[in-house]
Amino acid sequence: MKCQQCEKPATFHITELTGGKPVELHLCETHARQYLTAPSNETAAVGSMAAMLAHQMAVGQTAEELAQLDQQSCQVCGITFYEFRSQGRLGCAHDYVGFQAQLEPLILNIHGELEHVGKRPRRPAVGSEKRTQLIRLRRTLKEAVEAEDYEQASKLRDQIKQMEQEEK
Amino acid sequence: MEINDFVQHTGEWLSGAGPEADIVISSRVRLARNLADYPFMSRATAQDRENIKKILRERVLEVVPQANVLCVEVDKLEKIDCQFLVERHLISRELAEIQGARAAVIDTAEKYSLMINEEDHLRMQAMQSGLNLQSVWEQMNRIDDAIEAKVAYAFHEKYGYLTACPTNVGTGLRVSVMLHLPALVITRQIDKVFRSLQKINLAVRGLYGEGSQAMGDFYQISNQITLGRSEIDLVKQVGDIVPVIIDYERQAREFLIKESHENLHDRVSRAYGILRTAQTISSEETMHLLSSVRMGVNLGLIRDLAIPTVNELFLRTQPAHLQKLTGGELDTSDRNIERARFLRKLLNKENGNSGAAHN
Repeated sequence: MKCQQCEKPATFHITELTGGKPVELHLCETHARQYLTAPSNETAAVGSMAAMLAHQMAVGQTAEELAQLDQQSCQVCGITFYEFRSQGRLGCAHDYVGFQAQLEPLILNIHGELEHVGKRPRRPAVGSEKRTQLIRLRRTLKEAVEAEDYEQASKLRDQIKQMEQEEK
Repeated sequence: MEINDFVQHTGEWLSGAGPEADIVISSRVRLARNLADYPFMSRATAQDRENIKKILRERVLEVVPQANVLCVEVDKLEKIDCQFLVERHLISRELAEIQGARAAVIDTAEKYSLMINEEDHLRMQAMQSGLNLQSVWEQMNRIDDAIEAKVAYAFHEKYGYLTACPTNVGTGLRVSVMLHLPALVITRQIDKVFRSLQKINLAVRGLYGEGSQAMGDFYQISNQITLGRSEIDLVKQVGDIVPVIIDYERQAREFLIKESHENLHDRVSRAYGILRTAQTISSEETMHLLSSVRMGVNLGLIRDLAIPTVNELFLRTQPAHLQKLTGGELDTSDRNIERARFLRKLLNKENGNSGAAHN
């Protein structure tokens, strides 16, 4: 069988079930890839699935609410909920706490559960406060360097170093 | 050990050994982990990436036997070497394609590999040939425990291991098997199987994971859910469904043998014939034909070829492998000629029949 879009043999036989009735497609590798990566088929990747779900969750909210929600940013990594919604990736571990209200419905939608029941780290969790503070300090340091505020930057660098030393 | 040393081998996971190896190519588990005191990749600065890479590589090398691993700086790798590792499933496409500092630590026996700075700080996988999920998980768990003793992972009391994408949160565990299902494809039952798998929250993917297509009738079945179930449960969930799919595939094969023996034998023999005599052949056609040949060997329709050889051909006829083998970059049309040459040489040597080679 030949590809429906060129002369090459069709090695991909796709049955599209998303429309009203099933549509059969017979394509070569190149055209199959093109077809499957076309924007209308975003669901293929799980990364974008999270983004898609996040978009769906937003349905029903007013534009104003949405805009407000999207402007909320994580105090540790600085990512906004809008950025997460568009890329499907969170910015840091603290987002799970900072965006808890928005994330829980999404997590429930994906997993059907909210609580982890598997293995746990054996080592006692070191104060998570300190960890998020480290992430925050590193970000502030980067901003200070970018703003050419070297005095502030050198203070921050010492502070980070000291905290990292305490770790060991 | 260098990347080129892999060229003459195939990994253990392709050896065709282990339970149900006629249909189950390999069992694989992967864990996603992040360091507690760095932002996830999307917010990591270049300096963060360097630090994460350095820390994780040092810790990992304290844990795994150094003499038996290859440490790869993926950002300094030639494109063809990246592609070569992707074809062997030792690194992901994502790791090969993204930018910035990133690394991989690869077991030379290809039973496990660890990726640093992929979608999460640390992605590690263990694999074995045949249906062996339990033992693969145990091996992965040991490595995870050993690393965990040395670093603080991002972990939340309620949500478990925290990952960049909420689809992996909780256990961070993906349990998967790679299945060869040609008879279900021929009898057009594969969609039905997939739909029923999706209903029980299992994902079906092609040969190279997320978003890839089912070349050569290979399919990866894996858990979709990672939160709210224990690792053992997830291993069991995937492990329990595999015998059912194996059974479907066997039934479909029996049906083909009984109801259309001539057609099946013809299909298999033609595929074998083309592979042994073609003068130029694309990668996709090779996979397609090898799939028929593989089933033919398993059904006794081809008697002068062994499964490990067929498995090896699937791997070594892929673009980067072929170029490694011939030792130079080739454009598509030269590759197709080299691929045909390689297939003729290997298949005609294998069965001791030199006739076809002179065609």
